[in-house]
Amino acid sequence: MTVTDLLSYDEALAAYDPVMGLEVHVELGTKTKMFCGCSTELGAEPNSQVCPTCLGMPGSLPVVNATAVASAVTIGLALNCEIAQWCRFARKNYFYPDMPKNFQTSQYDEPIAYNGYLDVQLEDGEIFRVHIERAHMEEDTGKSTHVGGATGRIHGATYSLLDYNRAGIPLIEIVTKPIEGAGERAPEVARAYVAELRELIRALGVSEARMEMGQMRCDVNLSLRPNGEQKFGTRSETKNVNSLRSVERAARFEIQRHAAVLSGGGTIVQETRHFHEEDGTTTSGRIKEEAEDYRYFPEPDLVPVAPDPAWVEELRAALPELPLVRRQRLREEWGISDHEMQSVLNAGALDLIVATINEGADAAAARKWWMGELARHANESGTELADLPITPVQVARVAALVAAGDLNDKLARQVIEGVLAGEGGPDQVVERRGLKVVSDDSALGAAVDQAIADNAAVADKIRGGNLAAAGALIGAVMKLTRGQADARRVRELVLEKLGVQG
Amino acid sequence: MTDVIKLTAAETAARITNGDLTAEAVTEAHLARIDAVDEKVHAFLHVDREGALAQARAVDAQRAAGEPLGPLAGVPLALKDIFTTKGIPTTCGSKILEGWIPPYDATVTRKLKEAGVVILGKTNMDEFAMGSSTENSAYGPTGNPWDLTRIPGGSGGGSAAALASYQAPLAIGTDTGGSIRQPAAVTATVGVKPTYGGVSRYGMIAFSSSLDQGGPCARTVLDAALLHEVMAGHDPMDSTSIDAPVPAVVEAARSGNVKGMRIGVIKEFAGEGYQAGVVQRFTEAVELLRELGAQVVELSCPSFSYALPAYYLIAPSECSSNLARFDAMRYGLRAGDDGTRSAEEVTALTREAGFGPEVKRRIILGTYALSSGYYDAYYGSAQKVRTLITRDFQRAFEQVDVIVSPTTPTTAFPIGERTDDPMAMYLADLCTIPANLAGNAAMSLPCGLAPEDGLPVGLQIVAPALKDDRLYRVGAAVEAAFVTKWGHPLLEEAPQL
Repeated sequence: MTVTDLLSYDEALAAYDPVMGLEVHVELGTKTKMFCGCSTELGAEPNSQVCPTCLGMPGSLPVVNATAVASAVTIGLALNCEIAQWCRFARKNYFYPDMPKNFQTSQYDEPIAYNGYLDVQLEDGEIFRVHIERAHMEEDTGKSTHVGGATGRIHGATYSLLDYNRAGIPLIEIVTKPIEGAGERAPEVARAYVAELRELIRALGVSEARMEMGQMRCDVNLSLRPNGEQKFGTRSETKNVNSLRSVERAARFEIQRHAAVLSGGGTIVQETRHFHEEDGTTTSGRIKEEAEDYRYFPEPDLVPVAPDPAWVEELRAALPELPLVRRQRLREEWGISDHEMQSVLNAGALDLIVATINEGADAAAARKWWMGELARHANESGTELADLPITPVQVARVAALVAAGDLNDKLARQVIEGVLAGEGGPDQVVERRGLKVVSDDSALGAAVDQAIADNAAVADKIRGGNLAAAGALIGAVMKLTRGQADARRVRELVLEKLGVQG
Repeated sequence: MTDVIKLTAAETAARITNGDLTAEAVTEAHLARIDAVDEKVHAFLHVDREGALAQARAVDAQRAAGEPLGPLAGVPLALKDIFTTKGIPTTCGSKILEGWIPPYDATVTRKLKEAGVVILGKTNMDEFAMGSSTENSAYGPTGNPWDLTRIPGGSGGGSAAALASYQAPLAIGTDTGGSIRQPAAVTATVGVKPTYGGVSRYGMIAFSSSLDQGGPCARTVLDAALLHEVMAGHDPMDSTSIDAPVPAVVEAARSGNVKGMRIGVIKEFAGEGYQAGVVQRFTEAVELLRELGAQVVELSCPSFSYALPAYYLIAPSECSSNLARFDAMRYGLRAGDDGTRSAEEVTALTREAGFGPEVKRRIILGTYALSSGYYDAYYGSAQKVRTLITRDFQRAFEQVDVIVSPTTPTTAFPIGERTDDPMAMYLADLCTIPANLAGNAAMSLPCGLAPEDGLPVGLQIVAPALKDDRLYRVGAAVEAAFVTKWGHPLLEEAPQL
């Protein structure tokens, strides 16, 4: 791989203003494909979920998946778009072996949704509005596996394998208008936009939008123009950037690369580029010497889609609370700062906390456990918070035990440890480990007597009126009871037995 | 047994139902006829002897079991090789599909099987239905039973020739610009292009999706109606198929009557390029309609002059995209795959070897017409013409119930005469194309022999969309009057093969 010259990020931004365009493909979570009845289930035997239509057999015809249209309209509405009253599919013609008909059934100049926006929140709480050009429906291609080359790309491969299970899975392509004015925060905006879009898609229930599974894929188009210039520079199109972190890194890398080329007196070539996860670089893909001619024309095999306005309004009324609104509401309800909320989001704890609260925990406790003890566990074991073997119901139970005084924080941590270790639910762990707080006077009395006897000097100080010294005796009792004593009750007993008023 | 092959489909079905004939015997008689004459005619690309006999026996068994039979049960049929047939080769007249065995039945194929119709085999056609003479078939031309040195029309020349040579009483064609009607005209048979969307296109290999329409071919108007009813109707697998009841075509065919009907004659369908004998027989047909009580109205449809150029932009544009799937990857011919060549090279070599010159010509034409920078001037303008033609029809149908014209400007021309002159070939569809562009229903039926060459002339009837029954009402009346006048069906004047 050739080494690419880069300008430092600060130098790049001192001279140039980045403009981005983000194109995100989302595979819809419909049961069947866009134009036929084949299953969309992932992970099946190659070419086992195919039929004459998605294989492009002679004579076969497409029929539009009504659920996919509803999903597309819902996404459009959530992105504050206008919904077309009448629109058509179009054929995008180009030859590629993973595309069975050698045209992709897509939408061209009549997208189902257009002219919207998505507000995204940056790390410091600032809201940045990303304008949406369009969201349109199309079908996915099959999957090519190039065998024999060093890179897994077609170049250098000796043969290719084709799996058409993915061919025809419904896709929504969401295209932003040029994102201007983000300045040095452009990479952060790109990441925040994709993250917000992913949250939105999930909240709408139209796709799981798992980037690592290819259910959501992002192309980052980026150009630079000298600061103060209005006219856009030449863009590069970095394809298939498939994680949030990569989106940010790709934008950052391209800013530095463009800046190096431009400041060295060179020109940017309009081309597609590949992003490399390993080192965060991009390399040249195919150069677009001239704009590719897809010879779009209206798909004659399908009738136009004309969503009934009343139906669109029904879908609008059924929209769930959107993620940003929900986060702001929760932030206020919980009484936390933007920064704290951002930490909750970054930890992937939001839904877990909400679920824990729904199970009866108070907000502070739910947040404390997930963001404290559990986040630490997740970090240490390198897993996602949601993948820890503990449920919101269990965390809520722990919080309830603490609130009732049956557990103190120290014991609660042990209970959580037990649950994570697979010892059962919170009550079982309490039972098996014998972790109940001891507030029973007869059991505690003996321990207090013992502590006073072991620490006569301290006891004398207390008798002398030095109440602050009581802490040492309480500590001794806790040690004797292996932390299970109710500290408040211990203090009362100590003072009582020493004849001091608390 | 020669009698059996000359029966109409309606008579055949009736005799099978009442036990005079078995479906098996009817099928055997037609298979014997194919053996006797098809070497000369070359109507069939594939004869499915076993499948046909099995279907016939199933119908006979059904009758023996006392189960009710459909109106065409046991009647043999010749199916254009453009419809997929599960387990039976389907080539669409092209080398690129040689040896392909479809894994599924077209909706039309399925409906025929369900109705107990006996599919004898697959008929010859211009490659991918592109042509007006069947000379563009990759498997050699078909002869016109009236004169084997002449073309049987196209693209559905095989289906029309099978009917005219008594190899089958029923056939199915597809009509994109006249491929059912023009072959019917030049062979003295009946062919109907239903309203666009009337018959499912699922499993019908696409040439030009917005124009293609499957339809019935027969020797009588009633037979065509019976087949129309079996093959038509909404299909959830084809979203362009019309979700409405099939027009009452059989009833209309049984009650042919034009009394009081208003019949339009289009000024633009005359003049240069029209053979004198064709014009003469057409004029006589119009006179006959008047005698039968119809009111004849002369109309002008000025946009029709642009129909042919518009068609030759829209159809190639759509075909350039529809035929892109033939890339050697999943089915059909694969050329040059010697282990050293890339997928792109193999695709190119396969398309080079697999497509004939007319198909290549249209793919190139269509690719050009859709190209950026040319789209508006070509494809875009053609779509506007299409709208104008539709409006011309709408205005015309405000004044008349049906429109009549010659089906084709000339009688059957000699094989080879126009193969080097695509423009001359395209003119054969001059009168038929407007109905495809507007999506109307249209029929061709015999109206006599041209005096100068003794070859059949076709009368075209065009009805508004969804009014297919009018074709049969008018067609049946004209047919009855002509048969009375001639003393026999016109086809009986065809020479013995």
